[in-house]
Amino acid sequence: MNSFDAFKDPKLCRALLDRLLAEADQPLRFMEVCGTHTVSIFQSGLRSLLPATITHVTGPGCPVCVTHESEVACFLELAKRDDVIIATFGDLMRVPGPKGKSLKTAQADGARVEIVYSPIDALAVAAANPGRTVVFLGVGFETTAPAVAATIRLAREQNLKNFRVLCFHKLVPPALEALLADPETNIDAFILPGHVSAIIGAAPYAFLADRYHVPSVITGFEPLDILSALLEIVAMRKSGQPAVVNAYTRVVADSGNPVARAVMDEVFVPVDALWRGLGLLPGSGLVIREAFADFDAMRLPGVTLPDAPPLAGCRCGEVLKGKMAPNECPLFDKACTPATPVGPCMVSTEGGCAAFYKYKLDL
Amino acid sequence: MCLAVPMEVIAINDKIADVEIGGVTRQVRLDLIDAAPALGDFVIVHAGFAIRRMDRDDAMETIKLFQEGLGLELI
Ligand code: SF4
Repeated sequence: MNSFDAFKDPKLCRALLDRLLAEADQPLRFMEVCGTHTVSIFQSGLRSLLPATITHVTGPGCPVCVTHESEVACFLELAKRDDVIIATFGDLMRVPGPKGKSLKTAQADGARVEIVYSPIDALAVAAANPGRTVVFLGVGFETTAPAVAATIRLAREQNLKNFRVLCFHKLVPPALEALLADPETNIDAFILPGHVSAIIGAAPYAFLADRYHVPSVITGFEPLDILSALLEIVAMRKSGQPAVVNAYTRVVADSGNPVARAVMDEVFVPVDALWRGLGLLPGSGLVIREAFADFDAMRLPGVTLPDAPPLAGCRCGEVLKGKMAPNECPLFDKACTPATPVGPCMVSTEGGCAAFYKYKLDL
Repeated sequence: MCLAVPMEVIAINDKIADVEIGGVTRQVRLDLIDAAPALGDFVIVHAGFAIRRMDRDDAMETIKLFQEGLGLELI
């Protein structure tokens, strides 16, 4: 058996699940904060197999979903400019902004929007369109930010004058801190995002155990990874010794990836940032450093972060904080479905509402 | 969009590698990787960049520990 495939082995999973069923005797509300964990927990069927004592809550782990209303309004304004081409990951296309507008509707209105798989592809778009400014929408957590930073460095190396990034990158640990500081969230444990951790390592999460006494496990995305993380959490709660455990050592070094972090630090600097549902969180976002100002779309004349109201009726804010399950939203599966999404949590395939809709209905 | 997938390195050309999984090949940049991969290694690929090399021995070790802990026979 391939050493990586073994992480899906049904026999091993069953044995771990049996052990979990035997040991999970006290109530446990655990949150995962990564869209890929959300999808994996539903897709593998794990959610319906977990012991009744264990409650799975999805958190603010979908970068498209946590992009703030004002940030969406900002890139939609930019898309209207004749001299601008927007380059973006596909997930942002249908995220609704003010007055039901999205990049998709902007495109129908004549805006030029190119979907790219990698920020690197946006450099080629810029090279092919010297008369326009290509703006890449920099959305994503610590997994994505280094890739965008490296792309900005390449743009400088290639002396591209018409490439810019609208930088709305966000950092995971400050969001976890905000969730724990809110007495209403009731989170007993975290499953920590494997690929964010591949970059930042384990140290930035230390406060979870030290200050908030919340056991947390960095883990991968296979059923075996998630089950073993839950077993580890149950054991830590029994022993009364919460810690941050790295259970994804095949990918994550405790010290993370210092090369990727250096590239990120060279180009970006942390600032207070707005999150949908969570508001302004200190030190939770990244902006482009002065040294790379020529590549910063925020510094183009006339670009601002406009005030934008929350989407009427959408409870994404509550869903992202784990305070409300998606099917408790009055619009869920009524006005709001993946075909007619009201909020970003239903748009993105990694959003809590979309995952709930897709998998809940055939449980 | 957070999706990051393990892919096998099939060619390396300075800062760019060809990677493959299930018959799909892509080119990825190696600017961010902290330990250079060798041919046949799996790397975690995200948004056109390899972000970490996967450690096959470590994966094997983890599985062994599970099996021993659960009293299952070894693969
Ligand atoms: S179901 Fe739709 S309207 Fe309700 S919170 Fe989710 S995305 Fe928003």
